[in-house]
Amino acid sequence: MRASKRVEFWATALAVLVVLVVLPCLNALVPASSALHVSDFAINLYGKYLSYAILAISVDLLWGYTGLLSLGQALFFSLGGYMMGMHLMRMIGTLGQYHKPIPDFLVFLGWDFLPPFWRPFSSLAFALLMALVLPGALAAAFGYLGFRSRIRGVYFSILTQALTYAASLLFFRNSLLMGGNNGFTDFKFLLGFDLRLPSTQRGLYMATAVALLLIYLGCRWLSRTKFGLIQQAIRDGENRVLFSGYAAAHYKIFIFVLAALIAAIGGILYVPQVGGINPSEMATDKSLEAVVWVAVGGRGTLVGPIVGAIGVNALKSWATEAYPDLWLIILGTLFILVVLFLPGGIVSLPGKLAPLWRRKGGPP
Amino acid sequence: MSQLLLGVEDVTKTYDGFKAISDLTFYLFEGELRTVIGPNGAGKSTFFDLITGRAKPDKGTIEFGHTDLTALNEYEINRLGIGRKFQTPSVYVEHTVWQNLVLSVKGPRGVFSSIFHKWTSTERDRIDELLKLVRLDSKRDWRAGQLAHGEKQWLEIGMLLAQDPQLLLVDEPAAGMTDEETHRTGELLISLAGKHSLIVVEHDMTFVRQIAQGRKVTVLHQGSLLCEGSFENVQSNPKVREVYLGRGKGTK
Repeated sequence: MRASKRVEFWATALAVLVVLVVLPCLNALVPASSALHVSDFAINLYGKYLSYAILAISVDLLWGYTGLLSLGQALFFSLGGYMMGMHLMRMIGTLGQYHKPIPDFLVFLGWDFLPPFWRPFSSLAFALLMALVLPGALAAAFGYLGFRSRIRGVYFSILTQALTYAASLLFFRNSLLMGGNNGFTDFKFLLGFDLRLPSTQRGLYMATAVALLLIYLGCRWLSRTKFGLIQQAIRDGENRVLFSGYAAAHYKIFIFVLAALIAAIGGILYVPQVGGINPSEMATDKSLEAVVWVAVGGRGTLVGPIVGAIGVNALKSWATEAYPDLWLIILGTLFILVVLFLPGGIVSLPGKLAPLWRRKGGPP
Repeated sequence: MSQLLLGVEDVTKTYDGFKAISDLTFYLFEGELRTVIGPNGAGKSTFFDLITGRAKPDKGTIEFGHTDLTALNEYEINRLGIGRKFQTPSVYVEHTVWQNLVLSVKGPRGVFSSIFHKWTSTERDRIDELLKLVRLDSKRDWRAGQLAHGEKQWLEIGMLLAQDPQLLLVDEPAAGMTDEETHRTGELLISLAGKHSLIVVEHDMTFVRQIAQGRKVTVLHQGSLLCEGSFENVQSNPKVREVYLGRGKGTK
């Protein structure tokens, strides 16, 4: 036990060091001609992976730890992203195509003043608040209705999928005044920093890494409290939990809201790095992809989703370039292989390989 | 004369036109150990479902002390002091034996109190005591899923006792146990009577004879009360014989 804890500590410390110190330094300090240089493009890409890792943790908190397979987590991610996007749209100022003080798409729709609900989003603090309050409130309402009427298993999954689909249809509509199918794009500034500068992107990347670390540590702590034990007990024997005096529905609502907030944080950090958000981020396949990351990395662990999100997305970046038509087939095959042959995901590999290593005469 | 603890009056429960329980009246007094027997489909499990809030009666009243149970749900009823052991052992298979007990031990049940809960020494002592009682102290760090069937049954009984309920509903505790384990289970249940009240549903007649010695036995048949009385009386009752034997099933 002691030894494995030490290994865990040093592995975490090493990962933090590489992600938070080594990579940014190689980007900022090493000249572009050097082989060790990490390009601005790569840093930006890694930042995107890390915000996906945050989304993956939120999926795993529900699926791996509580047995609630949410197929709509990308909705909360996108809502967080949209609220952040509204602020970034306001920060464009008059630098848009039409040089008007309101976002271009509104000009295009025939508006010549800012709709009232857009006004407070000039404040970053308000936008961030809304980016948490809106997903949280939606999760609370959905959880309250769903869990109290004991919707579980596959019915829960289908409803979450329907919810995100409905939301994507809503956001596609121009009349919602949220940019329609183009969503938001062409951001310029955040807190006065120019988003097109590598240094700003590096800062965002580091902020995402810090957020991921804090969320990881927070969830790790939570999973070891009595709450964490009850959460996993709901997964393995909900009846026993109910007949032990716990209101299982209250626990599920809490965890659903918490997962929505975590996903939203991922979305908030994602949008300024990717440079836009549109309703396709809410499409059903986005949430399904997040489930695949968790399955591949290893559900029911906290390292698994991070490994899965980064690994699968790195593979995606490579495959969509090398074999653009084959990506979905590769993803599907990967998922099937993991489910069939490695149910514990990538993080279960060391444990599975250790006995083999020993048999080959390695240290016992 | 001891106090009435549980009063079930004129209760009927229908599932899709099938009367699982019909006009059942049943009383249990404080400290009593009551055995309920009956052939398959007699309504024993539905009877427990109705008491624990898993199912709601179509008509009739169920009162625990002075509380109407039909208006409450599972966890509220449990908090009043009614614990239930399921027919198939229901323990948390991924948790250790110790964790199974710690989640059951009496204490606050709210979401926020669980987040900031610190295990107290009272809780630890109580769990040590229970581990010895259910003879699992050497396996406290085992995953519950690794236990043998009989041990799981004992663990679940331990989890029930951890809640310190006034009334224990025990569904087929001896299923899957060896003769010796069954006997020990019987002794444990008998030792609980008096301090707790118990309703035990069982099929194993040797076991029923052991725990019902000098106590009342209730026989259910097709959702209604067939007869009540001492084990000997019930055993020699022609109606009971007909119900069991008439279906081609021996009383073992």
